[in-house]
Amino acid sequence: MDKKKGKLTRKQKKNLVRILAALCLFVLVKGIDLVLHHGYGTGLARLLPLENLGWLLPFGLYLGIYLYVGFGVLRKAVLNIGHGQLFDENFLMTVASIGAFALGIYSAISSSGMSTEGFDEACAVMIFYQTGEWFQNYAVGKSRRSISELMDIRPDEARQKQEDGTFRIVDPAQVKVGDILQILPGERVPLDGIVTEGCSSLDTRALTGESVLSDVKEGDSLISGSVNVESTLQMRVSRPYSESTVARILNLVEQASDQKSRSETLITRFAKVYTPAVVISALILAVLPPLISGWTGNGFNWTVWIYRALSFLVVSCPCALVISIPLSFFAGIGGASRNGVLVKGAVYLERMNSTRVFVFDKTGTLTKGNFVVTEVQPADRRDLILEYAAIAESQSSHPIAQSIQSAYGKVPADTTAYVLDNIAGKGVQARGGHSILCGNEKLMEQFGVTGEHVGGAGTVIHLALDGKYLGWIRITDTVKPEASEALRSLNGRTVMLTGDREEAARVIAEETGITEYRSSLLPQQKVDELERLLASKKKGECLCFVGDGINDAPALMRADIGIAMGGVGSDAAIEASDIVLMKDDLRGLAVIQRIASKTMRIVYENIVFALGVKLAILALSAFGIASMWLAVFGDVGVAVIAILNAMRANRIVRMSSGRD
Amino acid sequence: MKSTYGIEVDCAVCAQKCEDAIKKMDGVLDCRVNFLTQKMTLETGDGDNLNALMKKILKTVRKIEPDFEIEGF
Repeated sequence: MDKKKGKLTRKQKKNLVRILAALCLFVLVKGIDLVLHHGYGTGLARLLPLENLGWLLPFGLYLGIYLYVGFGVLRKAVLNIGHGQLFDENFLMTVASIGAFALGIYSAISSSGMSTEGFDEACAVMIFYQTGEWFQNYAVGKSRRSISELMDIRPDEARQKQEDGTFRIVDPAQVKVGDILQILPGERVPLDGIVTEGCSSLDTRALTGESVLSDVKEGDSLISGSVNVESTLQMRVSRPYSESTVARILNLVEQASDQKSRSETLITRFAKVYTPAVVISALILAVLPPLISGWTGNGFNWTVWIYRALSFLVVSCPCALVISIPLSFFAGIGGASRNGVLVKGAVYLERMNSTRVFVFDKTGTLTKGNFVVTEVQPADRRDLILEYAAIAESQSSHPIAQSIQSAYGKVPADTTAYVLDNIAGKGVQARGGHSILCGNEKLMEQFGVTGEHVGGAGTVIHLALDGKYLGWIRITDTVKPEASEALRSLNGRTVMLTGDREEAARVIAEETGITEYRSSLLPQQKVDELERLLASKKKGECLCFVGDGINDAPALMRADIGIAMGGVGSDAAIEASDIVLMKDDLRGLAVIQRIASKTMRIVYENIVFALGVKLAILALSAFGIASMWLAVFGDVGVAVIAILNAMRANRIVRMSSGRD
Repeated sequence: MKSTYGIEVDCAVCAQKCEDAIKKMDGVLDCRVNFLTQKMTLETGDGDNLNALMKKILKTVRKIEPDFEIEGF
């Protein structure tokens, strides 16, 4: 529908021509009238040689222009009365403008044909209304396009290898798993897959919001949506298009705008009441004041009050609100996605704005999640300690066990000679050539070995050989470099949940500047702790849980907002969370907080502005200060301004910059 | 069963009214008329005759917005 080429649709062009032509004709008629009036003391009404019927000429001319420019509105109005749609915008506009003509006829007849007042206004109001509608339509279309275009990471084509070895351009949706594709420099990776030939750099800007080049070579996996920068690559497709990263992201973003925010639901409900309320008050305004004034002996003044009531009808459409609120959220979600943050619905932007408690999982979220042996004591027994530890941990794939294995650097020679017993929550006992104990202090206590008490950061693994204490290994996880900067910029409490010992948790908390921590939690206790935090927050505040999507799906789902880090390529994280930071960078939290607060500010601005102007115009019309012209501005002009304001939510926010 | 259609609707208030009307129709479990993306998402029972339903939907919404268009219908 929305073609990229050609800025105006055919309908828009047709309407624009119609409006411009009507405007020219109007200026012409009005001009002649003014010249005749001022230059010759006559006017259009005196051109016709008819007694008392001179008004017919200007009336006919203005009516002609009116019918020409307002045809679409009138047609819909007629159709809608047939369908009983009394509170339809077109119908109300028609009533208002025809009413204005009627008032003109009334004053013409009562002034024996000489007054032509009112016709020009009735006609101009329709031209003005159509112009406003046109701008509104144009602005919405343009906004919609510019948001979706920039979000559009959809690949248009794929170069599929044929049987004869040549490549042919096909639709990405037709490519099957196992097909070989070619990606030229500058092209987008159309589907997920693995590099089979060539090496190059990839730009993941469209996915993560930041232009970072990552090198890929044969055997590396490719994520669809990234752009090949350097040289030609060939890849084997590993997932069909419908399951590819790009297709999933696009789906999410599109569905995000289907979910209504709380403010949008409120506005929708309000809109249903607003129009009938204004129409009814217009009726009252047309009837009651003239009657009162008539009975009290001041004359009925029907025309004055009917004119004011007609102005009411013009401002009775809540369009400005109904369009601009969802558009603001849509723009905000679009802006977020360009910053590498996927938001799964407007409601999460709303909640993000009132989030005052940020709960973090430690491993993989605040820390990098790569464990490294940083200390072995006593140092002169380093090799011995690591060798026995490597034997004891040889069957484990836990990150801590792997860090010991990689620190040892060799494959332990005689693992087969040992029987390994896992002692839950404590460590491993290995029996064979020697008796090895490898685990925490509790394990040492259980077997009556007196070990050293070691404090400080990280995980400490103690080792005993044949009942004698050998020494210990310290394994630490590195805190992400941006963590403290990112946490400082958040507005609210920060809480870390970790399975670490109290001492180790404190070290991390100090390093990152996190305000609170809960340590020594077993995995299942994390959700319980989260429940407690949820219960303790103030009313109206929201709590968000930030995790890496590994093993914390229950917490992600339980929190008001679940935020998953580094979501590119992780199905589980995208599935379980409400907001996905595509890039593994904690500063994304501050970015999304800023986007959320900006979007909400714009939403409130639009509500206050649109309602404020409409109410003001209603009040002014009731007292006869505002003309119908102003009322038309209150309808379409306000809508256009609100739409333009909504678009501000789509601007890019830079990472790690100050508040805007 | 969920299906999505491209639509053409000019006014946001009408889009909302159409959505409400479609939701009340027989055979429609849920519906969302998205004015911004100009898309309609429809949830219907499995195995329903979609073509016939779409005709009915179109008839209903045109009573509210005479210019309502659904792509392919």
